Amino acid sequence: MKTLFQKIWERHEVVPETVDTPAVLYIDLHLVHEVTSPQAFTMLREQNLKVRRPELTLATMDHSTPTRTEQVFGGAPITIDSAARQIAELERNCTATGVELLNLRSDLRGIVHIVGPELGLTQPGKTAVCGDSHTSTHGAFGALAFGIGTTEVAHVLATQCLLQRKPKTFAINVGNSLPAGVSAKDLILAIIGRIGVNGGTGHVLEYRGAAIRALDMDQRMTVCNMSIEAGARAGLIAPDEVTYTFLRGRARAPQGAAWERAVADWRTLPGDAGAGFDCEVTLDGAAIEPMITYGTHPGMVMPISGAIPTLRDDPVFDKALKYMGLHAGAPIREQPINVVFIGSCTNGRLSDLRSAAMLLRGRKVAPGVQLLVVPGSQQVKKAAEAEGLDRIFIDAGGEWRESGCSMCIGMNGDNVGAGQYSVSTSNRNFEGRQGQGSRTLLASPATAAASAVRGKVTDPRELLNG
Amino acid sequence: MEPIKIIEGRTAVLPYTNIDTDQIIPARFLRTTVRAGLGQQLFSDWRYDAAGQPKAEFPLNQPAAAGCQVLVAGRNFGCGSSREHAPWALLDYGFRAVISTEIADIFRSNSLKNGLLPIVVDEANAQWLLDHPGAPVQIDLERNLVTMPEGRTTSFQIERFARYCLLNGVDQLGHLLQQSPAIARYEAAHGLRPA
Ligand code: SF4
Repeated sequence: MKTLFQKIWERHEVVPETVDTPAVLYIDLHLVHEVTSPQAFTMLREQNLKVRRPELTLATMDHSTPTRTEQVFGGAPITIDSAARQIAELERNCTATGVELLNLRSDLRGIVHIVGPELGLTQPGKTAVCGDSHTSTHGAFGALAFGIGTTEVAHVLATQCLLQRKPKTFAINVGNSLPAGVSAKDLILAIIGRIGVNGGTGHVLEYRGAAIRALDMDQRMTVCNMSIEAGARAGLIAPDEVTYTFLRGRARAPQGAAWERAVADWRTLPGDAGAGFDCEVTLDGAAIEPMITYGTHPGMVMPISGAIPTLRDDPVFDKALKYMGLHAGAPIREQPINVVFIGSCTNGRLSDLRSAAMLLRGRKVAPGVQLLVVPGSQQVKKAAEAEGLDRIFIDAGGEWRESGCSMCIGMNGDNVGAGQYSVSTSNRNFEGRQGQGSRTLLASPATAAASAVRGKVTDPRELLNG
Repeated sequence: MEPIKIIEGRTAVLPYTNIDTDQIIPARFLRTTVRAGLGQQLFSDWRYDAAGQPKAEFPLNQPAAAGCQVLVAGRNFGCGSSREHAPWALLDYGFRAVISTEIADIFRSNSLKNGLLPIVVDEANAQWLLDHPGAPVQIDLERNLVTMPEGRTTSFQIERFARYCLLNGVDQLGHLLQQSPAIARYEAAHGLRPA
């Protein structure tokens, strides 16, 4: 009896692990971006090594890229020289090594974790890595996907393999179904609140149960995306009809007879009934509310209707609240905000934009609040524009940009100012994550949109019902 | 890489849990294409004020912290992003080891590949270290032993292969490259054309 994780792991053991040596694990898909790859390509050059499998490698640019149309498509220069240099270096490295690059003006470009699934490259049973911790996103397809460091990027470029110790397994069971107005983002925030920011360390999470089965692929990706926020390098959801329907016909998915063979194989992947996990927790999906963070890591999270917890004699907790300018015991609802960011690899897909647009249609962003909407990829952008979502955001008073990581990480100049409060659909509320001194409240696209309208933290159900 | 057998030095203490890699090296410093020189920006937003002046109260800015080689921090050090710039920055600053009760997975893996020792110790010894900034400690990788003042010692575990590589100055990539016959067999069995 084997779990999904064990099946994928065993399929990719080039050399099994021993007491003295880790396993040599084969990597089926290597995604590359401009920030964590330059030093890896340099390591290859220093050792005179070539890229072993350019055809299993795909590069995109997302982290430090501009989102202003004129800077992407011409007419205005990229204002940050170091960002422009990274972009140019990735172009040079890909040209020199034969790695396919979705360059700045490609209509397939986007955030690396949105592009892989969108093209159909992320598939059940694959191993996928990227020099980026949110590679866990791809686990939504039943792929074993995890973030690696730059030295490991060089290892995979040179050998298509990684040295890995087998992690432990952790089942997250979510029963029932999520109530109306509660999203996958609220679910994963509740899970992190439950197991803690280090609860998954050393483990691969597998999300199971009726509430998970009921999620569409975009929502499953939102859940797996934040596995790393619970300390787990990877999160998995077993593939099913929802997965196959999403992948069928995508450009880089198997086609024709190969598709039929692939699906037949994928059906053998889900864990065997009775296969055991090293660790297990169970949550009731029906009991989950819209969630929002109040502190400086994603485990400092609460139901939006609740009060900020009070912890005695915990200087780190006090330090976090002081940074946030918030008070123990106070409600978070009605907290005035300055910025709303809708985007990122957590919530920058089409259905996320739809959910925000539903609340913004015919409404205006509150005076003094900046709303920035950044689609996760150029394809998401195009699809959103085809159904008029861009008009809804612009008419509401928001900004609509080209795709990229943008204000999730603030590397491209899209920053939240010092001391300002941002309700953000991204995944990290660390100190300074969205810009020096920024104060981030992580929430769902619906909560972010509702908060933009009211200019303060707002339960989206108030606008949905009224 | 130079073999590492023993690290001897004084500790600097950051008594916070969940120190994430965005604090270790903020994202705006990742717009670089080289590994060198990140030590200046280590803990930048905690170390410097808005005018770029060192904040006197930050532990690394205190005179006693000068030249410290061992960083002691609260539980779950290095969580968050996979940026290898974090161990690069710590090493460039002069640290050679980090001690905590728990070290995040990706940060630990990145550290081991660069010769920064991620040392996990039990609560009691971690608390003692947190309470004694500047303590002289010895980390003996051959004996898996941390020796502190007052005759205090504690053992630690480092993944066996990584430890072997550190002790012998061996690059892990070399080992992987030696596996190329097995990799080629795997590829052939899975229908990939020869590399
Ligand atoms: S959107 Fe944010 S979390 Fe996702 S890859 Fe970009 S920077 Fe990382």
